Amino acid sequence: MTTKPKVSKAELAEQFRTFIDPEYVITDDETMKPYECDGMSMYCEMPLLVVLPETVEQVQRVMRICNENAVPVVARGAGTGLSAGAMPNKEGVVLSLAKFNRIVEIDPLARTARLQPGVRNLAISEEAAQYGLYYGPDPSSQIACTIGGNVAENSGGVHCLKYGLTVHNILSVEMVTAEGDVVMVGSDGLDSCGMDLLALMTGSEGLLGVVTEVKVKLLPKPEVARVVMAGFDDVQKGGDAVGGIIAHGIIPGGLEMMDGHAIVAADDFAQAGYPRDARALLLCEVDGTEEEVHEHIAEAEEVFRKLGATSVRTSQSEEERALLWKGRKSAFPAVGRISPDYYCMDGTIPRREIANVLTEMEKMSEEFGLRVANVFHAGDGNLHPLILFDANVPGEFERTEAFGARILEMCVEVGGCITGEHGVGVEKIRQMAVQFNDEELQQFHDVKAAFDPAGILNPGKGVPALRFCQEYRSLEHKQHTHDHTVAAHG
Amino acid sequence: MADNFQQLKEQVLQARDSGQKLNIVGGGTKAFMGRESDPDAGTLSVAEHTGIVDYHPVELVLTVRAGTPLSEIEATLAEQGQCLHFEPPHFGTASTIGGTLACNLSGPGRPWAGSVRDQVLGIRLLNGKGEHLRFGGQVMKNVAGYDVSRLQAGALGTLGVITEISLKVMPKPAASLTLVQDMGMDEVIHYMNRRAAESKPITAACWVDGKAYLRLSGAKSGVEATAEKWSGEVMEQGDRFWQQVQDIQHEFFAGNDVPLWRFSVGSTAATPALEGNWFIDWAGSQRWFRAAGELSDLEPAARAAGGQVSLFRGGDRTGEVMHHQPEALKGIQRRIKNAFDPDSIFNPGRLYSWL
Repeated sequence: MTTKPKVSKAELAEQFRTFIDPEYVITDDETMKPYECDGMSMYCEMPLLVVLPETVEQVQRVMRICNENAVPVVARGAGTGLSAGAMPNKEGVVLSLAKFNRIVEIDPLARTARLQPGVRNLAISEEAAQYGLYYGPDPSSQIACTIGGNVAENSGGVHCLKYGLTVHNILSVEMVTAEGDVVMVGSDGLDSCGMDLLALMTGSEGLLGVVTEVKVKLLPKPEVARVVMAGFDDVQKGGDAVGGIIAHGIIPGGLEMMDGHAIVAADDFAQAGYPRDARALLLCEVDGTEEEVHEHIAEAEEVFRKLGATSVRTSQSEEERALLWKGRKSAFPAVGRISPDYYCMDGTIPRREIANVLTEMEKMSEEFGLRVANVFHAGDGNLHPLILFDANVPGEFERTEAFGARILEMCVEVGGCITGEHGVGVEKIRQMAVQFNDEELQQFHDVKAAFDPAGILNPGKGVPALRFCQEYRSLEHKQHTHDHTVAAHG
Repeated sequence: MADNFQQLKEQVLQARDSGQKLNIVGGGTKAFMGRESDPDAGTLSVAEHTGIVDYHPVELVLTVRAGTPLSEIEATLAEQGQCLHFEPPHFGTASTIGGTLACNLSGPGRPWAGSVRDQVLGIRLLNGKGEHLRFGGQVMKNVAGYDVSRLQAGALGTLGVITEISLKVMPKPAASLTLVQDMGMDEVIHYMNRRAAESKPITAACWVDGKAYLRLSGAKSGVEATAEKWSGEVMEQGDRFWQQVQDIQHEFFAGNDVPLWRFSVGSTAATPALEGNWFIDWAGSQRWFRAAGELSDLEPAARAAGGQVSLFRGGDRTGEVMHHQPEALKGIQRRIKNAFDPDSIFNPGRLYSWL
């Protein structure tokens, strides 16, 4: 845990201004306001101050000063995170990497790109396109989110089942440690000697170091991609079809599922021609060479029909493929149109539990009196339930949070986990106590201390303090017993 | 199939109380790796802790006790048309999955299919305090907590006893063939990287003894169409060739008199001008080198090629065998070691003299 900072806001700002352009040391509330939250805007906090260094050396000096003075540091990219991982600390500095926005080098032969952390995810693929290459992980926020944030969250996207997560697609990171040293973790080789610190850094939510450069792998753009859309009149059949296609030996480039609510909302929005009466919709994209795609598409259509699809449609052109995806890609804003607010959850479950979990979620939806729409990465069991609510109705957000917490706990109960790609941040910190016991959480704290002995990096995020965990577990237990009693009496 | 966990735990607790050190051993087939074991340390055998705990082919996930032999796992997967995509090397039939992860060993398909580290989803670990901890899980995506599972890959057992591993498994490719052609070492790097940049079902690329080998696998139609377009003769018994590469059994690797070095470098880097024989794998990212020499003499060449070098087999194992680490990373790794194994029980000095 951090101790009380040993320096005042004014002193800190003055020190920073000796080596950072004073314009980029922000101390007034009005200019700091946009930094008070990330994409999870329900959690807000104003920082002590915000700095936007322009060189690695400046980052080092910021870290040294903060480390010496026990000032918390929250590194920030584009602020698109969905677990409040970049929410400021009120006694701390927000270290924005926004000025580090340069693609340093693309090596088409080696299929790598050297990037400053503030480069947007989509910009990598756009720049690599001239060489017939692209960057694999494609989180939904890819138009805005940055590669530094992707490393912090181990971001995924639609194509993870086949092409992996961030951890599978980076070669090295240059980072500044809590103590202000610059270290290179990883190399141009596919693995390095010693402990795999690159894996540890990836998904560490800004708790272990500040990434100042990333080298990523690029992939050749597939010759062809086609998508098969299959509608089902029953969630169970849709869930089974997900397993069916994989059991058949096809690893789709993307395999996405939507439930009835999401189908209608997305189709209203995108007019994609989805089967509006379906209870579950699968979008299965197959990519590769012409011949391979041709072979696999035919097999996929047959598998879906055999498993009871009520409609099967395959894209015949790039335009049609884009249209079928448009519905999926706009599903979140589409759901936004049918509700004043929505809360996007993120848990992972074994694929075989998809139908069961969706059915249970429907029941909970009735219990909590809140609608839920499901859009998710079915191929890797990553759920994104969207709980629809109205923040203006007193108590409704609290009910939404409780509903969300129950969904995450159910994910753990069926053998899954509380976050597939959004991270723990502040949002899911209590549920960490459900997934991990005290010894495991203590091990995480010890790992953190190995990188950050003074505990200045993003304190209070990712791993809960043990003293809160026992309390949460017993509270939850009581709550469940209570729900159970109500259900039995109802 | 046996759950030997209690015995493992008791032995760790006893060692902790008595101040004894422990060398962790699975099938005992990789004793040649790392620095020499501490002769005063006792042996902690994981070989009896075996068996498949959970396997759902539809999930593409396998959970297995760490002492389970690779051969047993592969036989079970094969019944379902699946495989360990990272093609682990076998150093005899006793090689275990736990040792494979601890040593981070993967076969020729690694640039495309990923490594054992890439396919690990979760582990259970017995740390130096005798605590049995669970990290990661049995699902493809899991970002709760630090990735302690992948941290074990290449740590050579210095952080604890891996007792159970969950892995992503994959369908076996429907078809596979190998193209071979004569090529000089100076042109092959460019050639392999050019091929790897094409959207074709390439799954391995190596060079040895004046010949370049490319493997194509996947849907039959895609493999055959690519083979027609690309140069090279279709190799008979291609599978056998790649199995030898995977198991480090190709004749290049024969004999223990000349040390075997492993360069993990940038795929396009020029091969260092060093006197000795080369075997280029992973489309240029892994280069095996046979010559007498000192680690410190080879390190500058590895660095110039964007990577690192280690002594894989043979040579002097009393000094360092792994590429040297900068001070800041040394400090972090020492502290991580201390976080998992505060009494320094496990595999002392096996990875680095200072760990």
